[in-house]
Parts: sequence; structure tokens; C-alpha cells
Amino acid sequence: MVTCVNDAMFPDTGKAVVRLLRRLGVDVEFPSIQTCCAQPMVNTGYLDEAVPVVRTFVSAFASYDAIITPSGSCAGSVRHQHSLVARRSGDPSLAAACAATSPRTYELSEFLVDVLGIIDVGASFPHRVTYHPTCHSLRMLGVGDRPLELLRAVRGIELIDLPSADQCCGFGGTFALKNADTSVAMGRDKADTVCATGAEVLVAGDNSCLVHVGGVLSRAGGDVRVMHLAEILASQEEVSA
Amino acid sequence: MGSTFVGMPAFPEAARTQLANAQLRTNLAHATATIRAKRGAAVGELDTWEELRRAGAAIKDQVLRNLDTYLLQLEETLTANGVIVHWAADAAEACTIVAEIAKAHNVNEVVKVKSMVTQEIGLNEALAEDGITAWETDLAELIVQLGDDLPSHILVPAIHRNRSEIREIFVERMAAAGRPAPADLTDDPGMLAEAARLHLREKFLRATVAVSGANFAIADSGTLVVVESEGNGRMCLTLPSVLVSVVGIEKVVPSWADLDVFLQLLPRSSTGERMNPYTSTWSGVTPGDGPQEMHVVLLDNGRSRALGDEVGRQALRCIRCSACLNVCPVYERTGGHAYGSVYPGPIGAILNPLLRGVGDDEQVDSLPYASSLCGACYEVCPVLIDIPSVLVDLRAKVVDARRGGVPKAEAIAMKVAAWTLRKAGRLGAAERAAGLARRLLRHQTALPGGRAGITSLPGPGGSWTAARDLPTPPEEPFRAWWRRTSGGKKGADQL
Repeated sequence: MVTCVNDAMFPDTGKAVVRLLRRLGVDVEFPSIQTCCAQPMVNTGYLDEAVPVVRTFVSAFASYDAIITPSGSCAGSVRHQHSLVARRSGDPSLAAACAATSPRTYELSEFLVDVLGIIDVGASFPHRVTYHPTCHSLRMLGVGDRPLELLRAVRGIELIDLPSADQCCGFGGTFALKNADTSVAMGRDKADTVCATGAEVLVAGDNSCLVHVGGVLSRAGGDVRVMHLAEILASQEEVSA
Repeated sequence: MGSTFVGMPAFPEAARTQLANAQLRTNLAHATATIRAKRGAAVGELDTWEELRRAGAAIKDQVLRNLDTYLLQLEETLTANGVIVHWAADAAEACTIVAEIAKAHNVNEVVKVKSMVTQEIGLNEALAEDGITAWETDLAELIVQLGDDLPSHILVPAIHRNRSEIREIFVERMAAAGRPAPADLTDDPGMLAEAARLHLREKFLRATVAVSGANFAIADSGTLVVVESEGNGRMCLTLPSVLVSVVGIEKVVPSWADLDVFLQLLPRSSTGERMNPYTSTWSGVTPGDGPQEMHVVLLDNGRSRALGDEVGRQALRCIRCSACLNVCPVYERTGGHAYGSVYPGPIGAILNPLLRGVGDDEQVDSLPYASSLCGACYEVCPVLIDIPSVLVDLRAKVVDARRGGVPKAEAIAMKVAAWTLRKAGRLGAAERAAGLARRLLRHQTALPGGRAGITSLPGPGGSWTAARDLPTPPEEPFRAWWRRTSGGKKGADQL
């Protein structure tokens, strides 16, 4: 599952996932009838509107062994919210389909560490990087230190601790629009903390959070760029000796 | 003391006002960081913490499932202990009961133990209409009351104030309320506390009637429990001859043994202490010792409504520790006043809609959306209230309550999104349209790293670009690339 945000806005993240997984010997498919996990509807309160989107999800992914997504938030939505949507639909066959797809859905770092059992993915990325653990990957999925373990094994990387890393960046889906002022206040505090680390790159497992913090960072005129975890793990940039 | 939450604007607007207050932001960031660290240390000492949380949740759930039985038992034991038990369906009934008791004793003032429930029912304002002044005796509540202010935190109602602001309030306002502040008062915390002590002591010694809430009401022994830090509560509970306690019906616990769990959970979660300094318990009237006339007002005020909500009823487990406020990134930025209720923060964002119902009031309906759903609240809740899930469920209830009327722009946008996301072909078409629209964008910039970005969008997108740049949609979305390269296996840019 590439996710709607990555499909429409961050195709390089999707390509990085394909490159990385193929390098590790995984047979990767992109079932092209996929669209979205329906989280934007669910988290804004539009459950009826989420039903057809979840139907599309289960029909796209029903036949696969593992559903991998470069988003803690979307994986969290599939694992924890699809059953609510199915219940709302009143359709037992949808509930059964969700019960089959939800537990097979993994956030990228979970799949790499837990299913493939790989920490060193053969990446190299000679840059100063700081990592922001996104809330849904941290608290909804409990990915813990998996992304950091993967990053530590990247050649040439200089990984800098992000103070107060577990503080929310303020994105929050439609929260970023419905409560834009509060969202931006949180984003500015996160951006300030990122800048103070002296990192060149802010990395996270969710482009939705990165588009928010990155937008604040860019507006502030700094030169910290944001990158998805998948792009660093796929990278094989040469490390000078 | 005319301040009230009535008529507060919806959260986004109220938050905007609060966010502009730099002093508030500084006070709150400092205070919440301090309490967060203390809580973390106190909780970290116990390797049984998760077990305690599960036990606390289980006791409360068991009570809520059998609430009718426990309440009748409580009424019976309280009555046997010489307490007069009253039942109040709503705030107005509860206020009338308290006012009638005060009037029966011919008093024009009462002293109050810090209590959330009496704030919830607006007791002070109701008593004032009957010419009775209700004096807050908790230090922070005193600061709020003297400052003609509103509480902004469940545990630390004056958390938005710093000590120099408190000194100013004492110097300017104490005299009108009784013993004035000393002439040489500085902002030294010890001096401020001493000024409050001298001021309050006169009120304790003078009062005939005290009003309290209760943290717990023990069904099998007819005992009420108040947990506090200052000892001012105990003064109110022991000195006046008449004591009226207003107790939400969800406060009942089966037996003393259950306090074992809650008296570990509550202080560590709220003040970050192993034990709170004062725990007062009383089981009715003891002849010749303490209040000789005791009343308990058992209050519903929306609790039955909340109990009827399958997902939301877990909010009635809440023991008002305020750990969720202290970790909430939204609360930390906006403060408590933005929530327009005595119950602010994450718990307020679910409790107010659950107690009052959704679909009638814009302000209440805005509260479930006052969260980024980061989940920090659930992580610290001592009784395992899954606040993010309740928030999401309440959002659905808000949307459902508004279905059928004239749809808002958001509802239309969601319908369009759902239609688009139902079929991949429609999503692909939307992406192609976005790819074409990028040529029309005039406000472009280069984002760090070189990608093109947008600095200004029209319409609702403007609330994004007001303070954030946005990457320009790519020439080729992922699905188009996948099709063109046959899954990255053909073409110049194959993987």
C-alpha cells in the first residue's frame, strides 16, 4: 500500500520502498486498484464515507501475504480502524475481509525488522540526520526503536538525537486545517528543536507529518530538508573514505 | 466574580486568542514540563504500574456496570451513618439543594474545598444569586477567584499564572475579600503562601457551612474521601458545623480495599508524588467531633447519558488526575480556557460532549476535534481511558448529528473524497488534474533540497499555506510511473 498521499505527492517514497524491498529479495506488487486507507474520513467523523474506501482496500489487498506501507499512520488506521468501519457498514463479509487484511498490514520498519529479520538493509547515506518518531507509529503501532535500529546500520550516517522526540509535530490529519493555528504552533516548536540539532535531514516514517514540519521549516527559511525513512534505507549514495 | 465559560467561542477561535499570549505559552510550557517530569519519575518507581492501571480500570468498569446497585447501597450506608442524602438530576437541582441548606442555616457565606463538580454545576454563581458568597479555599482556586478569572487546569487551576501575577492579584484583590495581603508582599512563594494562609484561616474559623466534592465514595461503609495537598480541604471538612458534599454518581467505589489501587494511581499521576499530603475520610456524623450535620448530593448532570454511550462510557472511569492535560501538546499550547469548560484538555474534549450531548452547540461539537490524536493522553491515563478512540467516535457522532441538514463545505469535500477514493481510476484522474493545475500555480518557491513548493493556495488550502509551504504536486504520480515502467522494470528510470 503506497498510500494516497505518497501516490499523489511523494512518488519517490513509493519507488524507494519498491527498490529497497526488491533489493532484499521481496516480490513486490502494486495492486493498481488501491486508493486510500480511509483514515481521513474516519478521523474526521465520516464513517459512512469511509465504508466504500475500506471496501476498495480489502479487494485490492485480499490476495497478498503481507501488505506493506511506508506510513505508521496508515498502517495504524488499517489495523485499528477498519474493524470500526466494517461494523458501521453492518456487512459481516466486510468485517471478515478486514479481519483478514488488518493483521497482515505492516509499517515498513515493522516488516523489515519483524518479518524479514533484517537490521542492515545495505544502505549508505553520508549525512547528518535526526529522526522524528511519528505519533501513530510510536503509540498506535508501537514500532519502538525499529526505525532507529535500521538507521544506525546505514553506512556513513551521522544520527543525531532529537530532543523531546516523542512530542507530536502537530500535523494530525484534518487537525492541520481545522485547528491550523494550534497545529502550526506545535509544528514551529518541533521545527525549532530540529534546527537546534544541526541536522541536514529530518527523517520520519510518515510523509504526512513531514509535509507539515517540512512546510514550517521551509517557511522559516532554513535549509533542513525532510526525507522519508524508506528513501534513506533505499539510498546507496557513495560514502567517501 | 462574574467570569464564566458560558458563551465561549468554538475551540479553534478560542485557541487562536490563547496562542497569541506569549506569557501564557511560557507559563504553561514550564509548568507542564515540570509536572510531566515529576510524574514520569514517580510512575517509573513502580514495576506494577501497568497492573495498577488495569486494576483501576477494572474496578471502575465493574462499578459502572452495576451503578444502580452501588448507588442504592451508598445511599443506605450514608443514611445509616446519619448523613442526609439528596439526588440531583442536573446542575440546577444540585445548586438549589445546596442553596436551600445554606439558607436554612441563615448564612451569607460558605467555605469550599477544591472540587471539580461544584465548578461543573456553577455552584458559586448560583449561590451568589441567593446572596451567598462561596469562598474558594484551595490556594490555586483562591488565586482564580480573587483574579475574577477562570480555572485552566483540573488540578492546578491557576497554572496559567506565574508568581508575579499572583502577587499582583493578592495585593490588589485580597482586601476586598477579607484579610488584606501584607504590605511588604513579594513574589517569594513562601510569602505568597503565608499571605493566603492568614487570609484563609479567618474564613475557616468564621464559616458555619462548608461545601465539598469527593474523590471517592465508598459504598459498603458510607465513607467519603477527599485527596488534597494543602490541608485547606481538611480545615473545611472539620471546622464548620454543616458539611454539604456534592458527588458525581460515578465516584462510587465498592469498598475500602479499592482505595489501595486508587491512592497509588492518583497522586503519582496528578502531582507526581508517591502519596498526597492529606487524605481525609469521613463516614457520617461523629457526635461532638467535626460537622454535626452532613448532606451528600448525588449528581447525575449528564453522567447517565455518558453511561449510555458504548464507546464513551469509559470516560466515567476518570479520577480527575489531569495527567492527560500535562502531556497534551494541544493543551500545552492553548491552555485550558480554550476548551470553554472547567474540564479542559483531552479528558475535557471527550467529557464535555459526553455529558452534554453533541449536535446542539458549536462549542461542544468543536471539542472532539481539538486533538491531533497523538495518543500521549492514553499512554499516561491511570485508568486506561482510550481518549483518542473516544475522540474519533465522538467526531462520528458530531457528523452524524448534522447529517440531513444543509451540508457544510467539509461534508461535501468528504463526500467528493470518498467518491474519488472508491475507484483507483477516479483517483488517477484527480492526480492528473492536480498535475495540470501545477502549471497554473503562481506562488512558487524552492523547498530545502530543491523540490518546487507552493507558498500560497486559494480557498481552504489557504489555512495550510498561511504558515507552511507545500510541495508542488509531482509531474508523475506513483501509479502513473508504475504503469509506464511496468512496475519499475522498463524504461529509462527503471529501478
